[in-house]
Amino acid sequence: MMVWLILLPLLWASLAFMLGPSRGVWPAIAGLVAQLWLAFALAAEIVGSGAAMHAVGGWGAPLGIDLVADGLSAAMLLLTQCIALPLAVYAHAYFKRDDPARNYFWPLVGFLLAGLNALFLSADLFNIYVTLELLGLAAVGLVAAGGGAQQIAAALRYLFATLVGSGAYLLGVALIYGTYGTVSTVTLVSLIGADAPDLVWIAGGLMVLGLMLKTALFPFHFWLPPAHGGAPAPVSALLSAVVVKASFYLILRLWVGPFSSLTVVASLVVWFPALLGTLAVFWGSYQAIRAERLKMLIAYSTVAQLGYLFLIFPLLASAGALQAGIMQVFAHGLAKAAMFAAAGTLIKATGQEMVAGLAGVAERLPVTLFAFGLAGITLMGLPPSAGFLAKWQLIELALSQQQWVIAFVVLVGGLLAAVYVFSVLRQAFLLAPADSVVTPVSRTLEWTAFVLAAASVLLGLRGVELMQLVGVT
Amino acid sequence: MTFNELLPLAVLASSLIPGLLIFTLPESWVGLRTTLNLSGALVKLALVLLLIVGVQAGESYGVHFAVLPGLNLAFKADALGLLFITLSAVLWLFTTLYAIGYLEGAPRRSRFFGFFSLCVTATMGIAMAANLFTFFVFYELLTLATFPLVVHRGTEASIRGGMTYLTYTLIGGAVLLTGIVWLHHLLGHTDFAHAGIAAALGSAYDGQLQIIFLLLMIGVGVKAAIVPLHGWLPQAMVAPAPVSALLHAVAVVKAGAFGIVRIVYEVYGIEFAQSLDLLLPLAIFAAVTIVWGSFRALFQDDLKKRLAYSTVSQVSYIVLGITLFGPIGTVGGLVHLVHQGLMKVTLFFCAGNYAETLGIHKVSEMNGAGRRMPLTSIAFTIGALGMIGVPLTAGAVSKAWLIDGASAAGMDWAIWVLWTSSLLNAVYFLPILWRTWFKPIPKAWPAEHIVARGWRETAWLLLLPPMVTAAMTLAAGMFPNNQISPLSWAKLIAEREYVHESIIWTP
Repeated sequence: MMVWLILLPLLWASLAFMLGPSRGVWPAIAGLVAQLWLAFALAAEIVGSGAAMHAVGGWGAPLGIDLVADGLSAAMLLLTQCIALPLAVYAHAYFKRDDPARNYFWPLVGFLLAGLNALFLSADLFNIYVTLELLGLAAVGLVAAGGGAQQIAAALRYLFATLVGSGAYLLGVALIYGTYGTVSTVTLVSLIGADAPDLVWIAGGLMVLGLMLKTALFPFHFWLPPAHGGAPAPVSALLSAVVVKASFYLILRLWVGPFSSLTVVASLVVWFPALLGTLAVFWGSYQAIRAERLKMLIAYSTVAQLGYLFLIFPLLASAGALQAGIMQVFAHGLAKAAMFAAAGTLIKATGQEMVAGLAGVAERLPVTLFAFGLAGITLMGLPPSAGFLAKWQLIELALSQQQWVIAFVVLVGGLLAAVYVFSVLRQAFLLAPADSVVTPVSRTLEWTAFVLAAASVLLGLRGVELMQLVGVT
Repeated sequence: MTFNELLPLAVLASSLIPGLLIFTLPESWVGLRTTLNLSGALVKLALVLLLIVGVQAGESYGVHFAVLPGLNLAFKADALGLLFITLSAVLWLFTTLYAIGYLEGAPRRSRFFGFFSLCVTATMGIAMAANLFTFFVFYELLTLATFPLVVHRGTEASIRGGMTYLTYTLIGGAVLLTGIVWLHHLLGHTDFAHAGIAAALGSAYDGQLQIIFLLLMIGVGVKAAIVPLHGWLPQAMVAPAPVSALLHAVAVVKAGAFGIVRIVYEVYGIEFAQSLDLLLPLAIFAAVTIVWGSFRALFQDDLKKRLAYSTVSQVSYIVLGITLFGPIGTVGGLVHLVHQGLMKVTLFFCAGNYAETLGIHKVSEMNGAGRRMPLTSIAFTIGALGMIGVPLTAGAVSKAWLIDGASAAGMDWAIWVLWTSSLLNAVYFLPILWRTWFKPIPKAWPAEHIVARGWRETAWLLLLPPMVTAAMTLAAGMFPNNQISPLSWAKLIAEREYVHESIIWTP
């Protein structure tokens, strides 16, 4: 089951590549449906009988490759497939026949998803490096695929960031391997103790920093807004919703896994990600409020929302912190995919990239605006939505550990999100100017965004199963 | 799922499902939309009637779902909730009728009625919430569902009004959330219960509970428009008249006032709140609001703005009644929750009629309106006299109980506050009545949209709702001790809250 989650996207990506430019939609969608089913089946199995392990080809570590899935990885796999399928349907309707961005879209998305799924299932620091590179290169390819000068520039910046990030990570892995002679995350947990040599500290620092760069945590976020804001809408959605979460997932894995004894010794170090996260919330929101282009606003919102994820690090002593983090990952993932998809539709229909050009869309494109609004509710953390549950969990954890600052940041962050979300909605509710033209768009575009947004809201009414899944170790 | 679990959900669904269906309807399908609206409202009334009969017979209705481990979305229909549910369900029917007439031929009606139904759903959720978490979920949903209604016209002015509304309510919501999560952290739950749940914590937590009370009151005080948190209400009167009715009488300010009732009686418990010295400061804020709202109303020439400031003042009657420690004050506050709704909805319906029929928006334009529109003006007169507290109107009943409650609680200054407000009410309402009835008709109305035909001074859908609500205002004032009157129900609630004291049955 786990192997197929990696093989399937590789298969349909290769098939799409062989079929030639801009072909391969239907194998991709069929593959994604199967992947979604596999992810659900895996999650159900893990809830039923605990974490699962699979030795590829019958050869276990250290000779072969082990695939390991616990609640955390199953949840991430599930989220990835849940977002990828609607976005694939959306992308099929989004690209025009002659759009150059469509040429290699399907193979690149396939490789991207294979990289992601492999990353979530790996239990070995070096394999993780390989998946990171696959993921990064496919993502850069997708950003560059449109071929405009701005997109190429953004893609190059992104390429630089992702290469430096994975370079730092690889260096860290090499140092760890030099010290302990293994790269298995399971073995390392017991090897790295509180008395670890300085070299391990440096390795850990390099790995975490490299991954923070890839997650676009403030102040390493410089590459994200142009890349996510400039890419075609389905690509922006995929990158913002899941790709940046992959490196966050790794930081979390390392933090509670191999490096857990280090973080216990240096208790102050937990405040480093939280501090950057706080700054990210404020800076990202501030830039989103100031943004004049719709997609830039959404991209900066991603910078802000990623900040919340790093607020959980000082709270990890409580069991609930991991759950709160994953709830936020789900909330933001679904909502941001919906929001970028809705923005793509709005821009396509009005021909306007600016927020100011949106007057009257509430009347002309109600479904899309509704999707945007529902996604906005999740980002603001208003009930009923997954974002609200994440916020509730975070605030309650912060209060129970007397970390007032974190509760404050979460609350103010929600209000700042309201400022930028409603700056769009206010414009949309204005009456349309007489000369505005709205070209009709396909219903598929409208409703896929809506489905994603509705999912982000409905999860807020029933989070029990997800929390149960995440709790399985 | 048993019948008693299903019924509260059915009450929610009876407006949620029509609302969602209406969103999908094309603009031109007037017939189906109207059918959905009215059948939803009538089904809801029937369900509410079932609940009333059941609760009077001592049945209990409730259901809960786990949202997160240890966190429940829980509903119950108890006597207090039913007071609010009944008010909203009845007024929703008439406001819907009115809105159908008011928006005839206007654009974007599917969107309007969709959000309108969502608003009522949120109000029902607030009324039936069985814990603070559920209360908050629907409280914020109400904010979100009313925003598109406030900005419905799409003009710059209405957007500005809407943004002011959001600024106040969202910040208030964040403060409220802080208080709720804090309380949840201390207690492990936030279920409403008779005589409160906070006292169980012990005296070590008194300080924290006082701060939490402040946070909660700021949160619900925004919607209840307590001074200085009332700034959004006069701004929001740019909305269409049915929306104003919804904001002022059916849903929004009522949700705030109802929140205060729930928190004081069923989270803290009135006796525990008194022992923490929480009631007197709240009473002072209510008193200031009552006088300040009435005072500001004096200077408004815009009719709807004058009514808005009047709401600011009148809603705090409810708050004042709650803070008067004793069953009589409680009855006065609770009964005013209903009475204010009836009177204010009448006044806003009439204001909408003047604007839609004759283009009258200002008090100074109302000369002679009574002769052109006698039925509307009679309804308006009844509403206005009720606000002043003239005998035989609903307002007189509330005021009598409030004043008795104040003297029973030994808070004589509150009596002065109430009399001052009544005097101010008279000063800003009587000149309107004078103009309406006794000044000559002007040569031309500001903008006459609807021409009179025989006795029908305006469209009948605009005329019927204010006449019915005005009649209800009179009925509640003339037969206060009738078995189905709001007063009897308020007494029932107060009896259950003050287990140790018996209620004096006539004020």
